[in-house]
Parts: sequence; C-alpha cells; structure tokens
Amino acid sequence: MKSLVLVEHENGDLKDATLSAVTAAAKLGEVHLLVVGDSVSGVAEAAAKIAGVGKVHVAEDAAYAHQLAENVAPVIAQLMGHHDAFVAPATTTGKNVAPRVAALLDVMQISDVIDVVDADTFVRPIYAGNAIATVKSSDAKKVLTVRGTAFEKAARDGGSGTIEAVSGSGDAGLSSFVGAEIAASERPELTSAKIIVSGGRALGSGEAFHQVIDPLADKLGAAVGASRAAVDAGYAPNDYQVGQTGKIVAPELYVAVGISGAIQHLAGMKDSKLIVAINKDEDAPIFQVADIGLVGDLFKLVPELTEKL
Amino acid sequence: MKLLVPVKRVIDYNVKPRVKADGSGVDLANVKMSMNPFDEIAVEEAIRLKEKGVATEIVVVSIGPAKAQETLRTALAMGADRAILVQTDDAVEPLAVAKILAKIAAEEQPGLVVLGKQAIDDDSNQTGQMLAALLGWAQGTFASKVEVSGDSVDVTREVDGGLETVKLKLPAIVTTDLRLNEPRYASLPNIMKAKSKPLATKSPADYGVDTTPRLTTLSVREPSKREAGVKVGSVDELIDRLRTTGVIG
Ligand SMILES: Cc1cc2nc3c(=O)[nH]c(=O)nc-3n(C[C@H](O)[C@H](O)[C@H](O)COP(=O)(O)OP(=O)(O)OC[C@H]3O[C@@H](n4cnc5c(N)ncnc54)[C@H](O)[C@@H]3O)c2cc1C
Ligand SMILES: Cc1cc2nc3c(=O)[nH]c(=O)nc-3n(C[C@H](O)[C@H](O)[C@H](O)COP(=O)(O)OP(=O)(O)OC[C@H]3O[C@@H](n4cnc5c(N)ncnc54)[C@H](O)[C@@H]3O)c2cc1C
Repeated sequence: MKSLVLVEHENGDLKDATLSAVTAAAKLGEVHLLVVGDSVSGVAEAAAKIAGVGKVHVAEDAAYAHQLAENVAPVIAQLMGHHDAFVAPATTTGKNVAPRVAALLDVMQISDVIDVVDADTFVRPIYAGNAIATVKSSDAKKVLTVRGTAFEKAARDGGSGTIEAVSGSGDAGLSSFVGAEIAASERPELTSAKIIVSGGRALGSGEAFHQVIDPLADKLGAAVGASRAAVDAGYAPNDYQVGQTGKIVAPELYVAVGISGAIQHLAGMKDSKLIVAINKDEDAPIFQVADIGLVGDLFKLVPELTEKL
Repeated sequence: MKLLVPVKRVIDYNVKPRVKADGSGVDLANVKMSMNPFDEIAVEEAIRLKEKGVATEIVVVSIGPAKAQETLRTALAMGADRAILVQTDDAVEPLAVAKILAKIAAEEQPGLVVLGKQAIDDDSNQTGQMLAALLGWAQGTFASKVEVSGDSVDVTREVDGGLETVKLKLPAIVTTDLRLNEPRYASLPNIMKAKSKPLATKSPADYGVDTTPRLTTLSVREPSKREAGVKVGSVDELIDRLRTTGVIG
C-alpha cells in the first residue's frame, strides 16, 4: 500500500506532528509525503530526510500559503489517483482539510486513529475517549487523521526521499486569508512538550493564572495548558485548551492545578505518563486519574512548589 | 438570506458513557440525550444573525431516529423557524449525513450552513468539511467569530497556534467552536410556541441517498483504566516523589 502523508509545517519548520503521521502510515506500507505551501523548498528538503520516506511531492503556489482547504484539497485529491491512503496529522490543519478530501474521493474518513491494525482496520477513541472502537473500512482508498500522542515520531534524518514538483489548480476563488493572531512563545509547544502545567477555573483571573502557573512552568521548562473553563473565562488563550475538543496531550508529566477533572478534560490528558493534581477538594474527580495528589489551596501550594524545586 | 442548521441528538455531555458488556457499542438505553453542545452554539449563532437582520429564516435539520424530533423542537424553541427530520434508525456516517445535507441545501438554497465542529458521541469532526466539498463551497471551521458583510463572511477560527481569520465567498459552511457564543435557554412560552412550528418528516430515500455504512464497528471496549495513585501530605513529599520517578532532576 502506498500512503500520502500531509506534511505539517509553519514558517519554514516541519512540525513534529508530521513525524507521528509518518510512523502511522509506515504501518500501511510505502510512505510518500506532500508539502503544500508557498516557498517551501526548505520544508521539502527537511521532509526528504525523514527516515523511511519515498517521494516528497511539493505543490508551491501563493494560493497554498495559508493551507486554505478549498485550494489544498483538490491537490491532494488529484494525487490520490496514485495512492491508497491519505494520512494527515489530527491537528487543526489536518482536521480542516482531510474530510474535504474524503468527500471529494467519496470515502468515509476515520478520524483520530490511535492504532493501525491492518490495511482496513483502525482503532479510534469515541465518546471523549470513554470508549475505544475498532473499525473496519470497506472503502477502496482510506482517509485518516492520526493522533500524534499515539505514534512514535519517525527520525528526522536517515531518509533520502526524492523531491518531485506537482502542479495544482491554485486558487479556487472561494476563500482568502485575512490575518492571524498567533502568540509567539518561548515555551515548548503543548502537543510535543515533555512537561505541562495546566490551570483551571480556580485561578480566578488572567493575572492570577500568569502569576501562579507561569513561574512553575518556567521552573520545570514546561508548556502551559488550561481547562475549557479557564479559556472561556479569558484567563488563558484558546490554543491552551486541553481536552476532548481542544488539544490531546500525553507528556511525561502533567500537573493539573485547580482543575476538577471533567470527562472532557480527562479525554485530553489521561494518557500522560505521570499526572499530578493540586486541588482543594479531596473528592475532585481529577484525583481518580492522578498518580500523585496534593489536597489544598493552590495559591499557597503552587508558589511553595515553585520555590522549592 | 436563509440559514440551515443541522442539529444532532447525542448523549448528554454530563453523562458518563458506558461500554456495553458485549463490546458492541456504547449503552444508550435510558440515558439522557440532548442536542450536541456545538449545535446549540450553531443554533444560537443563527438566531443572532437573524436578530441582526442578516438572516431571514432559520431551518434546522436532524438526521436520526423519531426521538430526534425533541432536539428539533428544542432548536425551534430557541428561535429557529422550521424543522426537517430525516428519519432513520440506522447509524448514519458523516459522509452520508453530508450527502443528505447537500440535497437539502440544493432545495433550500441557504446563504450559510452552520454546523457544530464535532458531535460529542462519535467525535468525527467531519460533516461540515464534507458538506463544503460536496457543494463546492468555502468552509470556515472551528469558528469563534462570524461576520457577514455583503456577499462574503469573515470567520475567525480557533487553530492550534491561536486564531486565524479567513474571508469566504457566500454561500458558505461554518462549523462552530466553543467560544463563538453562549447559547440561550428556551423560555417556557417559546417552548409552547415551538410545538406549533412546522416540522417536516422525510426519509434518506426521499433524497436518494444511500446511507449504507462504509465502516463496520468490530468492537468497542473500555479504555485502559488508570489506577488512582497516592495522596501526599505536603509539597516536600510531592517533590520527593517526583524526584524518585526521575521526571524532574
Ligand atoms: C461540548 C463540550 C466540550 C468540552 N470540551 C472541553 C475540553 O476540551 N477541555 C476541558 O477542559 N473542558 C471541556 N469542557 C468543559 C468541562 O465539562 C468542564 O466544564 C471544565 O473542564 C471545567 O474546568 P475546570 O476544571 O477548570 O473548572 P471546575 O470544574 O470549576 O473546577 C475547578 C476546580 O478547582 C478547585 N479549586 C477551587 N479553588 C481552589 C483553590 N484555591 N485551590 C485548589 N483548588 C481549587 C475546585 O475544587 C474544582 O475542582 C467541555 C464541555 C462541553 C459541554
Ligand atoms: C462505526 C460507526 C458506528 C456507529 N454506531 C452508532 C450507534 O451505535 N448508535 C448511534 O446512534 N449512532 C451510531 N453511529 C453514528 C454516529 O454516532 C454518528 O451519527 C455519525 O458517525 C456522525 O458522526 P459525528 O456525529 O461524530 O460527526 P461530526 O462530523 O463530528 O458532526 C459534526 C456536525 O455535523 C452535524 N451532524 C452530524 N450528524 C448529524 C445528524 N445525524 N443530523 C444532523 N446534523 C448532524 C452536526 O451539526 C454536528 O455538530 C455510528 C457511526 C459509525 C461510523
């Protein structure tokens, strides 16, 4: 089987999410990559070095600069004439474009794959991860999005893929990019961080969130996450949200501060290796999944922890 | 312009789903069902567009069992004008849902279709994007802001890095994210009024759509359980434990 993996990249950097998708695709057979964007020769070269990859297809056009699904999906659909599976990382980019490709190919997509059993059979979580389904597809071609936390990252070097330009139809004339507010941060990225410190509604304000959570994160070299309640209340930006409908993370250490542990939050972090919870309510559901729990007032305990580390 | 809002009846988000003992699926017998939370947000957004004078009529659609009528009545009570139930007891996959919605869109000619970004049962996050592909329309997924002006709509999207705004030609597809709005509760008088709003019942065959699933569920199991760990009495004890595990130096 020959798979086409969508390369996730930003500002000329190839993202880790791509590497997990490559590992998932390798379970199906031959792995080819697709880099779509504007001025992406650097990304294509990085992609060709990933261990185990064959061809790297490159579609360059100003119309592809912002990964608009209307423009990118036709490029993928066209390449799928020569591939058996399309594999995208389950990032917002992958989730945006993959179903559009699936419908163009008349294929039922399988979302959020966490295991590849065989060429037709895949494992995926449903109901906020409260159930794990094994599904078998009868479609001739497959369209998958895969969870980064479920697959090892392929090595960034050792490969010698061949780069091949593809021409696409460019601008579909349906959509255009207006602008973005992407926060630059010195901290590690949430989905690939080894340690995450997350804050919940208990923080009470944006200032308190920064005063209490940030220093601990800095001490640990951690990324910062948040519960939905903290994001809704404006204590933290939307890209911090961990959970069923936010980001799925599985770091070595997850520290949940003032988070109750609703199923929607657990869905995003319960595969973390070690979970630490700090909560004043000893019956909070978060303690049912925490390896180490500390009961008490976070405004006292977290600064103390930060100081003593 | 007219707005089309597909709404799905799903397990209530407060209910903890239980896997059936025979591994065939999730037990939905006698479980509280509600409108998918993202669809409540979609209905709310449609109502706000109507209140602003941007939209003239809101048509809600559900594909599902007879009981999905309740979900449609909830949407009507919130403020939608008319409902279509495409009744079926079969599990309909997002691709087939999108095909039915594409036929309805061709009939109704909406200026915008507002869907939830994902249904909280199957968590597919596909239907809106598929519908956009089938209709050849633009898509604004994971929306936290929707502004219609003239023949286009600006959609601010919640993406992994933060926020992104795109301009889409109308007609277009929007899928809602959590921060788009806070849905209203239906008032008692509106719940009463909703009972007499029009609700048409159709079948997938009326739209000529084959809903045969492409996926077969081989098994559904519980996720591996995490053992609850220990509670420590002090920050010092917490640090000791963390040091023993080696995750911090
Ligand atoms: C459709 C849908 C999707 C959702 N998706 C997500 C998602 O992706 N991610 C997500 O996180 N949620 C999600 N939610 C929301 C989820 O249901 C919960 O509402 C949310 O996770 C609660 O956030 P929280 O734990 O911060 O707040 P609360 O539940 O209010 O918990 C606050 C906790 O802080 C503790 N506390 C208070 N004061 C202190 C103190 N001084 N010191 C120590 N502890 C203190 C309390 O004991 C409590 O346990 C979703 C909900 C819906 C309906
Ligand atoms: C393998 C498999 C097994 C299944 N088993 C069952 C089962 O046992 N019982 C069962 O009841 N269902 C079952 N289903 C159906 C399933 O629950 C969903 O209805 C279907 O897969 C759609 O996925 P989703 O709702 O997650 O789509 P998403 O793409 O996440 O939905 C996004 C949005 O699309 C719209 N939408 C989606 N579906 C509908 C709809 N039906 N009507 C109106 N609007 C809609 C809503 O606006 C929703 O917010 C099964 C599906 C599959 C693929």
